[in-house]
Amino acid sequence: MRDTTSMLPLIVRDLRLEMDGRTLLDVPLARIQNRQRNVILGPNGAGKSLFLRVCHGLIAPTSGRIEYTLPVSATEIRRKQAMVFQKPVMLRRSVRANFTHALAMAGVGWYERRRMADEAMAQFGLSGLADSPARVLSGGEQQRLAIARAASLGPDLLFLDEPTSSLDPTASRQIEDMLDVLHERGVTLVLTTHDLGLARRFADVIFFFHNGRLVEENDAERFFTQPETEEAKAFLEHRLFW
Amino acid sequence: MQQDAVPISSILSLLTGDGGNFLGIIFLSLQVTITAVTCAGLVGLPLGAGLALVRFPGRTVIIVLVNTMMGFPPVVAGLAIFLLLSRSGPLGELGLLFTPKAMMIAQFVLVLPIIVALTRQTIEDLWTEYQDHMTSLGAGRLRSIPTLLWDARFSLVTTLLAGLGRASAEVGAILIVGGNIAGFTRTMTTSIALETSKGDLPLAMALGVVLMSLTLVINSLAFGISRVGARFSGKS
Repeated sequence: MRDTTSMLPLIVRDLRLEMDGRTLLDVPLARIQNRQRNVILGPNGAGKSLFLRVCHGLIAPTSGRIEYTLPVSATEIRRKQAMVFQKPVMLRRSVRANFTHALAMAGVGWYERRRMADEAMAQFGLSGLADSPARVLSGGEQQRLAIARAASLGPDLLFLDEPTSSLDPTASRQIEDMLDVLHERGVTLVLTTHDLGLARRFADVIFFFHNGRLVEENDAERFFTQPETEEAKAFLEHRLFW
Repeated sequence: MQQDAVPISSILSLLTGDGGNFLGIIFLSLQVTITAVTCAGLVGLPLGAGLALVRFPGRTVIIVLVNTMMGFPPVVAGLAIFLLLSRSGPLGELGLLFTPKAMMIAQFVLVLPIIVALTRQTIEDLWTEYQDHMTSLGAGRLRSIPTLLWDARFSLVTTLLAGLGRASAEVGAILIVGGNIAGFTRTMTTSIALETSKGDLPLAMALGVVLMSLTLVINSLAFGISRVGARFSGKS
């Protein structure tokens, strides 16, 4: 499975994030493997989103390191990864312009970005909405736009923060289908969720967080059948309250 | 009662275009105001966006000062520019005092703080929404300015129209630096002030009607644009 051209696996070492003397995040060691579906699981307030933001480089950790396998520059690391936020950020423009803007920021030329935008919209069933203002789309359509927009940048590593948490079952299904397509394309996916159903269907690897601490990193199948920690066991049995 | 008949008919005859002087006054007013607001927009929009996004020492002080300048009394601004442009003043060499250019400068100075302050507020609010996305795309604060200005376009047009409203209604500053010279620096507002004190009420009232109509047009535009903007921001 080891891909010598990939900057992954990403290894997080001794990561701590502190604010006003409180420890918000404590991750001694985490390995995000190439081409895997990584699920950050845990109850609300477990630090899942914070971990994602720190990995993506939006928040600087208080201490610790985020190491990529290949020695790549900061700009290249940025180029090779993308993130979809819990509340998707929709520019006050048409759907198409949301794509072309992101591609322009990534340095793609004028003609090329129109072509790539049309391609991404066609691929994820958004072509019919190309000229609608992005902000009048439904929640599910906005989430699809956000994921397709991130995917159009061609990242190796895609972070998704609670991608289906506010959607109805049909829209969630569509999002999961999109993620399957990206997985088949070889994109490494890292998503946070507190939804056990989604985690069971989707995950290859589980990172279980509780109170800001990475409690357990385990193969998904083993995690759901024989969790190694008490906290994980409690969470799976719906009796983890704090 | 008998007195009224005369002014109303003379107002009408003025409005229907009798007397080239009347149209000249309107034209000069529009020219001065639109030039001043355009220049203030070209300077103020990027300045406001920069002030919203760039962090530097003394930024808070500048924001408070700019907000204070929004309420700058026009006659004081007029006085300051008068002193700058007067023969013995630092810019006296340019010979700008009592010319339309001096009036443009005065209105520019009055409108600029409004545009900078409102732009800063708008862009700062939009940035809190866009920050994560732009950072994720690898665009820093400076590189995000064009994106933010474009996405705030509807609010910013309203901001420019607010500046236009202030400039077109302003009288104190342009009276001082323009001198209200007939046919040269006489605008709608300065004429109204002069003609009213002279007792030529028909001309003053006719100009008042035009000025009111202009304000109505500006406000209708602002309203229409904010409606279109609401559609793009998903609030329709």
